[in-house]
Amino acid sequence: MNHLAYIVPSYALAVLVLIGFSASAWTRMRRAQRRLAAVDPRSRP
Amino acid sequence: MFMVVDATTALGPRKTRSLHRFANPGRFLRVSGRVLPSLAGAALVLTVAGLVWGLFYAPADWQQGDAVRIMYIHVPSAWLGSAGYMAVAVCSVLSLVWRHPLADLAAVEIGPVGAGFTALCLATGSLWGKPMWGAWWVWDARLTSMLVLFFLYLGHIALVRAFDDPQRGYRAGAILALVGVVDLPIIKFSVQWWNTLHQPDSITLTGSPTMYAGMLWPLLVCALGFTFAFAAIVTARLRAAVMERRIRALLMARAQEA
Repeated sequence: MNHLAYIVPSYALAVLVLIGFSASAWTRMRRAQRRLAAVDPRSRP
Repeated sequence: MFMVVDATTALGPRKTRSLHRFANPGRFLRVSGRVLPSLAGAALVLTVAGLVWGLFYAPADWQQGDAVRIMYIHVPSAWLGSAGYMAVAVCSVLSLVWRHPLADLAAVEIGPVGAGFTALCLATGSLWGKPMWGAWWVWDARLTSMLVLFFLYLGHIALVRAFDDPQRGYRAGAILALVGVVDLPIIKFSVQWWNTLHQPDSITLTGSPTMYAGMLWPLLVCALGFTFAFAAIVTARLRAAVMERRIRALLMARAQEA
C-alpha cells in the first residue's frame, strides 16, 4: 500500500474524533442522569 | 409554591399544541432513550464496516493509488459538516419563529460536533492534497469556503456562550447561523462556479455517480455510519443538556422555596 504516511494519520484522526465525541457525550449523559436521579428521585428509570 | 411547568401546558390553539408536541423535553427524553441504543449500534457497525472495507478491500485508484482511501473519511465528514450547519440553521428558524423549546439546545449541541467533522474534513483534505497536489493547502474556492464554514461554527459556539443571559446568546447565535447559511451553496457550487484544484462532485442528487461501484459502496456505507454516529452523538449531548436544564430548574425552585 503506497501513501501510508498520509492514509494512517487520516484514519487515526477519524477514529480519534468519533471516539472522542462519543465518549464525552456518553459520560456527560451518564453524569446528568445520576445528578438528576439524585435531585429528583421520580426521574429514576 | 414554585412549580416546574412544562412548555406545552401554556400553549392554547390545537395547531400550536400539536407542533410543540415534538418539542416536549419529557417526551424527547423518553423517545430518545429508546432510540439511542439502536442508533449507536448501527453507527458502530456501519462505521467499522465502511472503514475496514475502504481501507483494506476497496480497489486503489489507477491515478491516485492508495491515497484515494482517504476519501472514505474526507467525503462523509464534508457532507456532515455542511449538513450539521444546515441543521443548526433549521434549529435557528424554529427558535426565532416558533420559540421551539428544544431548538436552542439542539443548535448549541450540534455546533461543536459539526465543527469537529468540518475540522476532520479539512485535516484529511490536507493529508490527501499533499501527495496529490504537492501542497498541504491551496486557497482554492472549495477549500476556502469549507474553512469559512469551520470559522462560522467556531463563531456560533463562542457567541451562544458570550452572554450572561442564555436567551440573548441563543438569539445572537441563531442570527449568525442564518447569515452563515449563505456559505452552504457556495461550498456546493464552488467547483462549478470557479476553476478549482478540487475535483468536481462525483456524486450528485440528479445524475448517476461517476465513480466505480467498488469504491462507491464502501463510501456510502461510511457516509451512513458517520451520519448515524453524528446523530447518536448529538442525541446523547442533547439528552444531557435537557437533563442539566431540568436539574438547574429543580435546584432553583428549591432555593426559592427555602
